Amino acid sequence: MSPSIVGRIRLPWNSLGLVAVLLVLILLFSSLSDYFFSAVTFRTLANQIPTLTVVAVGMTFVLLIAGIDLSVGSVMALCAAVMGVLMADSGWPLVPALLASLLTGLACGSFSGLVSARWAIPSFVVTLGMLEIARGGAYLVTGSETKYLGPAVGRIGEPIAGLGLSPALIGAIVVVALAQFILVKTVFGRYMIAIGTNEEAVRLSGINTVRWKVVVFAIAGVLAALGGVFQLGYLQSADPNAGIGLELSAIAAVVIGGTSLSGGRGSVVNTFLGVLIIAVMQTGLAQLGVSEPGKRIITGLVIIGAVLFDQYREPLGKLLTRRYEPKRGIS
Amino acid sequence: MTAGEPPLLAIDALHKQFAVPVLRGIDFTLRAGEIHALMGSNGAGKSTLCNLIAGIHRPDSGNMRLSGQPYQPASLHSAEASGVRMVMQELNLFPTLSIAENLCFNRLGNRAGVINHQALRDSARAALARLNLDELDPDTPVSALGVGKQQLVEIARVLAQPVRLLILDEPTAALTDPQIDQLFGQLDILRSAGIGIIYISHRMSEIQRVADRVSILRDGALIATENADEMDVERMVHLMAGPAMARIPPKTPTTIAATAASNGSATKPGHVVLKIEQLGRQGAFTDINLELRAGEVLGIGGLIGSGRTELLRTLFGADTADTGGIRLAADDFSRLQQLRNPAEAIAAGIGLVVEDRKGQGLLLDKSIALNIGLGQLGTLHNRLGIVNDKAIADNSAEICRQLDIKHDDLQQPVAQLSGGNQQKVLIGRWLLRDLQILLFDEPGRGVDARSKLLIQELIRDLAAQGKAVIVVSSETEELLALADRVVVLSNGRLAGEFTADTVSEQALLEASFRFYTTAGQKVAPPLEIS
Ligand SMILES: Nc1ncnc2c1ncn2[C@@H]1O[C@H](COP(=O)(O)OP(=O)(O)OP(=O)(O)O)[C@@H](O)[C@H]1O
Ligand SMILES: [Mg+2]
Repeated sequence: MSPSIVGRIRLPWNSLGLVAVLLVLILLFSSLSDYFFSAVTFRTLANQIPTLTVVAVGMTFVLLIAGIDLSVGSVMALCAAVMGVLMADSGWPLVPALLASLLTGLACGSFSGLVSARWAIPSFVVTLGMLEIARGGAYLVTGSETKYLGPAVGRIGEPIAGLGLSPALIGAIVVVALAQFILVKTVFGRYMIAIGTNEEAVRLSGINTVRWKVVVFAIAGVLAALGGVFQLGYLQSADPNAGIGLELSAIAAVVIGGTSLSGGRGSVVNTFLGVLIIAVMQTGLAQLGVSEPGKRIITGLVIIGAVLFDQYREPLGKLLTRRYEPKRGIS
Repeated sequence: MTAGEPPLLAIDALHKQFAVPVLRGIDFTLRAGEIHALMGSNGAGKSTLCNLIAGIHRPDSGNMRLSGQPYQPASLHSAEASGVRMVMQELNLFPTLSIAENLCFNRLGNRAGVINHQALRDSARAALARLNLDELDPDTPVSALGVGKQQLVEIARVLAQPVRLLILDEPTAALTDPQIDQLFGQLDILRSAGIGIIYISHRMSEIQRVADRVSILRDGALIATENADEMDVERMVHLMAGPAMARIPPKTPTTIAATAASNGSATKPGHVVLKIEQLGRQGAFTDINLELRAGEVLGIGGLIGSGRTELLRTLFGADTADTGGIRLAADDFSRLQQLRNPAEAIAAGIGLVVEDRKGQGLLLDKSIALNIGLGQLGTLHNRLGIVNDKAIADNSAEICRQLDIKHDDLQQPVAQLSGGNQQKVLIGRWLLRDLQILLFDEPGRGVDARSKLLIQELIRDLAAQGKAVIVVSSETEELLALADRVVVLSNGRLAGEFTADTVSEQALLEASFRFYTTAGQKVAPPLEIS
C-alpha cells in the first residue's frame, strides 16, 4: 500500500481483520447448517445487502465529519413512496420516477445539512426532526397505504440474465467503490476527514466548512433514496412503514467497519464489510432457526464486540507494523 | 543542602524510545530549593523527560529516586500523589467548565459528591490571587479566555495544591512581561520554601533571571549541567546547537533601525494595501484605525487580553466586527466592508496564523503532510478533484527543510512532534499560500531560539517580496527584531505607534498600560519594571 497523505493507512490489515471475521462466520454457519452455502442463501443476501449498503455508505460520510443522520430510514421510506405513487397512481415511467425519488432524497438531506451546518445545531437534533418529517411525508404521499407496483420495478432486484447479479447489487457495489475513491483520493474526501478531526482549524484555514457539510448530508439523502429504490425493486411495492430502525442497522455496520463515531477516521470498504457481516449473521442465524429475540441479542453482542476489538486493534497492529505510541494530548 | 542528604530527584541512565530513541541515558539531579532550567532546541527531548518524571509516560530503562526513595510513577495521578506536579506545554483545561471548576477539578465535591459553589469560588479566588489575577471572575467559562489567560489559569491550577517538585514546561510562551514577573515572584517564594523546580523555556533572558542551574539537552542526551551564573548566552546557544550550528549561522536579532536600514522599507514603504477604519468589536477592541503597506511588517504589542488576537481574528473574518470595517486595495478602497468568514478573507488575499495551535490550528492526529497541505488542497488537484499527493508531499518536505522541522516522516501524526515543531508546521501551512496580507499571532510561541530567527527571517522575506505582514507578539525583543513599525493595543484601543526612532521597551510597556488606568475600566496588574 502506498503511503497516503491521510496518515498511515490502516486499511490493509484492518480490512483483513474484518474479512477474517466474515470468513469465520461463513465457515461457522456452513458447518452448522447444510443449507447455508447455497444459491438460496446467496439470493437472500443479494436482496438484503444493496439497501443497507448504500445507506451505510452515506452514514459513513456523515460519521466521518462527526455528524449523525437519524433520518435515513424515514427518508428512504418517503423517497420510495414518492416513486411508488408516481408510478402506480400517476403512471410515470421508471426512470423519471426514479429521478424524482433521488431528488426527494437530495432535498431532505440538503435541508438537514443546511440547518445543522448554517446554524450550528447538532445534526442529531436536526435529523431527529427530519426523521419525523419524512415519515409523516411518507404517510401523506401514500395515504398511509402500501402501493403495489408489481413487475414494473421488479427488474431492479432481479439478477441480470447471464450475470447472476441484480442491478441493485451492482449499483451498491459501484457506490461503495466510488465512495471509497472519493474518500481516499479527492479533495472532498480530505476535507471530510479534516472537518471530522478539527472543524475550527479547517474553517480557519479558509475552507468553507458549511458548504462541505451540506454536501455530505445531501449525499446521505440521495443514498437513502437510492436505498429506497432498491428496496422498492425487491419488494415490488412502496410501504410507508419501511425502513423503521434502518438508521441503527446502518450505524451498526459503519461502527463494525471501524469508523470512529467522533469523526475523522473511517473507511467505506470496511463499512461494506460491516454490512456483509451483519447480513451473513442475520441470514445464518435465521437458517439455524434462532428466534428473533435471540438474533437481536447476538447482533447486539457482535456490535459491542466489534467496537471493543477496534479499541485494541491499535496495540495489536503495533506488533505487525511499525507504529507510533499514541500521544496523550501532551507535546 | 547538607552533605549526604539525597537530592530531591535523582535520575540515572534514563532511556525512552518512541519510533526512534528520544532520550538516551539521561543523568540528572534536582536539588530541593533550586530552579533548574532545562534547555535545548525543539525536539531535543525536554518535554519527554518531564513527561517521564510526571508519570505521563514510562521510561524504557533507567531509574529515578525521589528524596532517595525509588520513584516509578505509574500515572500522572500517582506522581501527583508523591507531590510531583507539572504545567504542561499545551493547555489542558476543560473549555466548557468555569475557571473555578478547572482550578479545583480534582476536589470539586464533598464526600457525597455534592459541589459547594461558594467554597469552590473562594478557593478559586485564593488561587488566582497568588498570580495577581483578581480581575478574573471564577465563574467565567475557560473558553471565553484567550490563550495567555488560559495559560495563567493552568499555572494557578497547579500552584493551588501542595507540591514538592514542580515542572513548568514553557509556561511563559504565551505571557507578557508583567505576568512573567508575577510568576517569577511566585517561583521565588516556592524556592525559598524548599521546593525543587524544573523550568523549561526558550527565552535566554528568563533563564539568567530565575535559574540556579542549567542543563542542556541535545538530541536526547544531557550534555551539560552548570551553574546559571557561569553560563552565558553564547555558551548556551553553542551547547544546544552543537555541530548543527554550522548549518545555519545564528544571526543576532536586528533592531527595527537595523532592519529598516538594511532593506530600506521604512524609508520607502510600498503602496497601501489595507485600510482599517473605526473597526470595533464589543468587548474586544474599539475604534481601530490603521493603514497597512505592501512590504512592511507591522508589529502589534500589548498585554494579554488587550484585544490583539481578537483584532486579527476580525480582520480575517473569523469573528465579525460591530462597527467600522476595512477597505482593500483591490477595489481602490471604494468599499468599506467586513469580511464574513475566513474563506472570504482568503479570497481577498488575507491569511492568519492562529495563536491556539492545538485548539484552532492543527489536526493533531493527522499527518504532517495533511496539516501543511490543508490550505493548498483547494488548488492542488486535477479536474476530477483528485488530490495531487505528490505535490503536497513535495511541498511539505520543502517546508520541513526550510523551517527545520524535526520529524521522522511526513505521514507521522503531528501530535507526535515536539511543541515547537508543531508550531512550525502551522506556520508552514501559510507560507505555501500566495497571499498578499499575512497575519501572525504569536508566531514564535514555543519555538527555539534558532528557529525563531529562521521564522523571523522568513517573515522579513515575505515583506521583502512585497507582502504586507502584521505580527502580534508578546515578546518585545521579537517585535523589535521584526517590525518596521509597532502599534500597541491597550484595553482594546490603540495606545501609540512607534517607529525606529521612537521605540523602546520602556515606551512599549508604558503604552500597554495606558488605557487600563482610566476610572471605570478594569485595571490590569500593577506595573512592575525591574
Ligand atoms: N508519542 C510520540 N511518538 C513519537 N515520537 C515522539 C512522541 N513524543 C515525542 N516524540 C519525539 O520525541 C522528540 C522529543 O520531543 P519533545 O516533545 O520531548 O521535545 P522538546 O524538547 O520538548 O521540544 P520543544 O521545544 O519543541 O517543545 C521529538 O523528535 C518528537 O518528535
Ligand atoms: Mg516540549
